[in-house]
Amino acid sequence: MQSLSINKRAAILSVVLLIVLLGAWEISITRQVLGEALTEYEILMGLGQQRSAIPPPSDVMVKAWEQLSNPFYDAGPNDKGIGIQLAYSISRVLSGFGLAVLVAIPLGFLIGMSPVAYKALNPFIQVLRPISPLAWMPLALFIIQDANSSAIFVIFICSIWPMLLNTAFGVAGVRSDWVNVARTHELGSLRTALTVILPAAAPTILTGMRISIGIAWLVIVAAEMLVGGTGIGYYVWNEWNNLDLTSVIFSILMIGVVGMLLDAFFATLQRAVTYAE
Amino acid sequence: MSNNFLSIERLTQTFPDGSGGKMTVFENASFGIDKGEFVCILGHSGCGKSTIMNVLAGLSDPSSGVVKMDGVAVSGPSLDRGVVFQNYSLLPWLSALKNVTFGVKARYRDWSRDKVLEHATKYLAMVGLEGDVIHRKPSQLSGGMRQRVSIARAFANQPKLLLLDEPFGALDALTRGTIQEELLKVWSKTEQTVFMITHDIDEAILLADRILLMTNGPFARVAESVEITIPRPRTRTEIVTHPN
Repeated sequence: MQSLSINKRAAILSVVLLIVLLGAWEISITRQVLGEALTEYEILMGLGQQRSAIPPPSDVMVKAWEQLSNPFYDAGPNDKGIGIQLAYSISRVLSGFGLAVLVAIPLGFLIGMSPVAYKALNPFIQVLRPISPLAWMPLALFIIQDANSSAIFVIFICSIWPMLLNTAFGVAGVRSDWVNVARTHELGSLRTALTVILPAAAPTILTGMRISIGIAWLVIVAAEMLVGGTGIGYYVWNEWNNLDLTSVIFSILMIGVVGMLLDAFFATLQRAVTYAE
Repeated sequence: MSNNFLSIERLTQTFPDGSGGKMTVFENASFGIDKGEFVCILGHSGCGKSTIMNVLAGLSDPSSGVVKMDGVAVSGPSLDRGVVFQNYSLLPWLSALKNVTFGVKARYRDWSRDKVLEHATKYLAMVGLEGDVIHRKPSQLSGGMRQRVSIARAFANQPKLLLLDEPFGALDALTRGTIQEELLKVWSKTEQTVFMITHDIDEAILLADRILLMTNGPFARVAESVEITIPRPRTRTEIVTHPN
């Protein structure tokens, strides 16, 4: 064991943990199903039935294989492949997030560079920021009158705050030496912003974007449960209504995997713009 | 004094002292610098040397008095006045070469990419940086190398006046010696007018044509102007044994 690197040892430990957890899950459910006959009282309480309804991991894996081998099938509004559902959710998250980037970064620059703008806008930000994004849903539905756009709006409103505050913080914290370098080189404000302040603040801005995309992915599931129709959130709720818990567990796992990939993407971007002083 | 290339006339800088009153850093400082001259200003820390530097660079405005260059009062920072800051002020996300081309591109906006690169590489070579080193980020360079890059960036812009704010303050004695010699070499090749802040008397004597002495602040003044007549090229050992 000593000769293995830390990464390899960690990987082995992860696999062992996975096997132990899945094994425990599998065994506990098979026992329940095959186990000794329930007492009459337990059957009356509906205990046996409920527990045996939770699928073992082997069922989930079969389901996952089945779904992932044909992820993009479309057999009507209530039966679409997991790939299509995820694509709907990802496209909503990216549109809402993209709009938020377009607003938050320029506004964050303004707030970061001008103390007056910061003081003037701060009360609004402090009041709007703690609002649960889903609380906007009724208002969005009423004003926009379109379920899909409302979901995008909810993503927009929830992902704007971390980006806005991080951009402002990053821009305000740019070392005055670097700004002086720009000034002594007679750079105009736009060029200063693009060639000095943006790269200097980029790591902080990317941190905000990474937090935002994480929140957006959390919120889209809930938003889609409300607006319905398409998307992974709707899929989870639909399978719950179908009492297909195997699909529910499978889609929960998929939500986790996609969330991880989104985060990994922004982590890579963040590494690319990080500099050592 | 008014016919100097650079003339500083009755410069006064005051700051609020935090309790409603005013604190005068320096008062009625007047001096002139000729073209091609290497002038050092010498004084204790806190006497307002850096404040004078900031005014000359145009980064801050004096409370009263004017700075004239070529007979024109300066206001705001300008590419005609290059600055080497004490803490190098290199942009850490750019390589050494890119830090220099950053300045060159700002100075000569119509130059082609190749010309900018060639110019930057030439000035980096002048301060002894060649080869792979110039593609490293500042964090991968030693303090001495960073200051060389910073000096190359300033010289490459060929400003009318070069301002050096204690450029060797953060370097160890050995590195300081080598870079001082390199600075002299570059200076003698370029006929640059240089105004340098220092608190190191030896350094001032080695480098300067003239030394301005500042009294202690507050109410600091430029007390004396001393010509250094030791013939160039000077070396460290020579200035110790020279009769003056």
